[in-house]
Amino acid sequence: MIKLIPRAENSKAMIILSPIIALTLTALSAFVIFLFILDDIAVSSVFFTLFAEPLLDSYYFSELLVKAAPLMIIGLGLSIGFRAGIWNIGAEGQYVMGAVAGGAVGLYFYNVEGFWLLPLMAIAGIIGGMLYASIAAYLRIKYQVNEILVTLMLTYVAVLFLQAMLQGPLRNPSGFNFPESRMFHDSAMLPIIWEGTRLHIGLIVAILLSILAWFGIKKHMFGMQIKITGSAPRAAKFAGFDDNKTVWYSLLISGGLAGLAGLFEASGPAGQLTPGLPQFYGFTAIIVAFLARLHPVGILFSALLIALSYVGGENVQIDYNLPSSITQIFQGMLLFYFLACDILIKYKVVLFKKNN
Amino acid sequence: MKYQLEISNITKSYGDLKANDDVSLSIKGSSIHALLGENGAGKSTLVKIIYGSLMPDGGLMKWAGEKYSPKSPFEARENGIAMVFQHFSLFESLTVEENIILGLNGVGLNENFTEEILKYSKQYGLDVNPQQVVGDLSVGERQRVEIIRCLIQNPKLLIMDEPTSVLTPQEVSDLFVTLKKLADDGCAILYISHKLEEVREICSEATILRGGKLVQSCIPQEHSQKELAEMMIGKKLTELARSNISVGSDIFSIKNLSRKSDDMYGVHLHDISLTMRKGSIVGIAGVAGNGQDELMELLIGEKSSSSGVLNFNGKDIGSMNSHERRQLSMFFVPEERLGHGAVPDMTLDENMLLSRPDSDGMTSNGVIDWKTVTSFSEQVISDFDVQTPSSRMLAKSLSGGNLQKFMVGRELIRKPELIIVAQPTWGVDAGSANNIHQSLISLADQGSAVLIISQDLDEILSLCEQIHVLSEGRLSDAVDMNKDGLEKISQLMVGGQKS
Repeated sequence: MIKLIPRAENSKAMIILSPIIALTLTALSAFVIFLFILDDIAVSSVFFTLFAEPLLDSYYFSELLVKAAPLMIIGLGLSIGFRAGIWNIGAEGQYVMGAVAGGAVGLYFYNVEGFWLLPLMAIAGIIGGMLYASIAAYLRIKYQVNEILVTLMLTYVAVLFLQAMLQGPLRNPSGFNFPESRMFHDSAMLPIIWEGTRLHIGLIVAILLSILAWFGIKKHMFGMQIKITGSAPRAAKFAGFDDNKTVWYSLLISGGLAGLAGLFEASGPAGQLTPGLPQFYGFTAIIVAFLARLHPVGILFSALLIALSYVGGENVQIDYNLPSSITQIFQGMLLFYFLACDILIKYKVVLFKKNN
Repeated sequence: MKYQLEISNITKSYGDLKANDDVSLSIKGSSIHALLGENGAGKSTLVKIIYGSLMPDGGLMKWAGEKYSPKSPFEARENGIAMVFQHFSLFESLTVEENIILGLNGVGLNENFTEEILKYSKQYGLDVNPQQVVGDLSVGERQRVEIIRCLIQNPKLLIMDEPTSVLTPQEVSDLFVTLKKLADDGCAILYISHKLEEVREICSEATILRGGKLVQSCIPQEHSQKELAEMMIGKKLTELARSNISVGSDIFSIKNLSRKSDDMYGVHLHDISLTMRKGSIVGIAGVAGNGQDELMELLIGEKSSSSGVLNFNGKDIGSMNSHERRQLSMFFVPEERLGHGAVPDMTLDENMLLSRPDSDGMTSNGVIDWKTVTSFSEQVISDFDVQTPSSRMLAKSLSGGNLQKFMVGRELIRKPELIIVAQPTWGVDAGSANNIHQSLISLADQGSAVLIISQDLDEILSLCEQIHVLSEGRLSDAVDMNKDGLEKISQLMVGGQKS
């Protein structure tokens, strides 16, 4: 029989070991699944394409980083709200709204050159995301409406809003009526940090944000406020924290960062506003945040891992004709095993013989 | 004399911890046997073994002379062992009768037990109305329902876990009448308590545990209360005494505080007024659920009050939050430890930050100086004898008593001008309770004001010079102890209660 016994103190060893165990279990399970679905292809070569190629080939690696950047930025914002027990699961909507708001600024100043344009677009993107998330904050505080439902439903509204904008005011005047904006001009495009790839400055911003978030969470009362409100709301009141403010902070930060990521996607890899902008980064970032146990620096790594599954998943799709759901299966297993293995941090596994 | 239950050399360990180490005790039929001990002494473990919810690692039990090793509480009940838990397990929305039927095996809700209930109710003075909904009953009445639920199964041994901790003095004496009658009728009672006066009053034998080991079995009347307490904690108790009562000017006042509760089952506060002076210890007695939680919320500042109601040192503090009040040197210890006064999943260091004033160097402009925080929490741990390997332990890993010491200590090291404490020694063992009481007294001796809100009347009586009673959201005037005394307090406590 197996029994879980609570530990008095979190196990330091397990904090490091549990992700490794989880990764191993994910790989093992993937192996078993491939054994079943692959007929005449060697499992090892699929494994190579899935996990190794994106790391070894410089083009694929740059694409991996391109995909990781928005996941990092959104994941960081979400992790702050999740710590406080504010469940913003509509980052996808805030991402779209940020892209529309920031993109609109870029299009308004079309062909106007200036170093100030990009920061202005970024600010507009952040504000767009914040405003969109503030609907959920307001409804929660004023009418106790559950923010999970509001943020989720508003995601679909945001996607429709993007399409409406692309068929209306933001449509490319010389684009043959395609529902797309103009291509952004140079001043409205993110600087590329790796020549010859699509890797943009967003990655650096993500790393800086992660350091800032780490400081805020570990070294500042702001982090304590978030954490205490999340794990014991009455204790937060005892400490004198205003719970409404915590709701506002959580949703504004996660919304703002999602908006920024949206703008980066539009003025980076996409180069324009298109209906294809929403790529479920907002949802995937939830997995990213939890894989990292909401740790701000850990999110950088979990975002890389998830980005690996995206790039690797696409490659096996192309090379071996495997279904695209491989990526999702893989991400699902990762999250499942990570959460399951985290039990080991707080609990000890004890084997015992059953009595009588 | 025949023993109803004999326990010999019971051992039970959790990992390295020996919760019961070679414990033996024998309970005679028709007797009330006390099981005494501090928190963590192994009382609960022993009782769980008797009640079949834990298996001992070693040792032997005999039930009426036969070997007895229950594998489940069900089996224990079949043998005639019943237990009234400290926390009741009643459905509030069901009637007394329905609750009692639900506790019986193989009986449908449609059967009629009214007669049976009334029979026990009469026989043992357990006054209840079978048709009443439990949600409307007082704590004392609920306990009676629990007892009847046990009696209806004709137990040979009734285990009672801290039965008087929630009762008024009148309810306690009613309970004792019932218990004595039960014992006379042949039922053995195992009475778990740390209230020594009670034990000396009704128990004919007592078994004392300390640190999982048997200290002694004795006849409680042959020892003084102090001797029993010292056997329990294994060291000498300090006599509580104020060294310096010099009551100064007014420091804190509540003026006509009224408030409707937001909670459906909450208590509305009516026109509460109270004045405290420097160096005084004021007590608010009363049975739980008479407005203590609601009052505490307003005093801490978790809810704001209208202006002119709360005054501290000449300042109107009604609209300040708890943090702002702490800046003025008001500190608080709420009743609920986990989730209110402390965050269970955070370390003691992190919990230290819950009640910080801004001026102590733990934070500057919101940036936390963890070194200072740790030095503060280590000071609390050593000054208040908190048993923990380090300040990095999670709050929930500490025993209730230890966490209480930490929480009281956390506020006391601030040398508050006013400290408001709810249930300062709730669930705390005698030795630690003694320490906490002593430190509250020395704080007052140094000129601070202490407000204690407690259900434990003994505690209030031994500490406070000025005693009020909270009942149904109304606060009595200070009771003149020389003139009216305990009887008046008892009356006030029951006065507002539903009966």
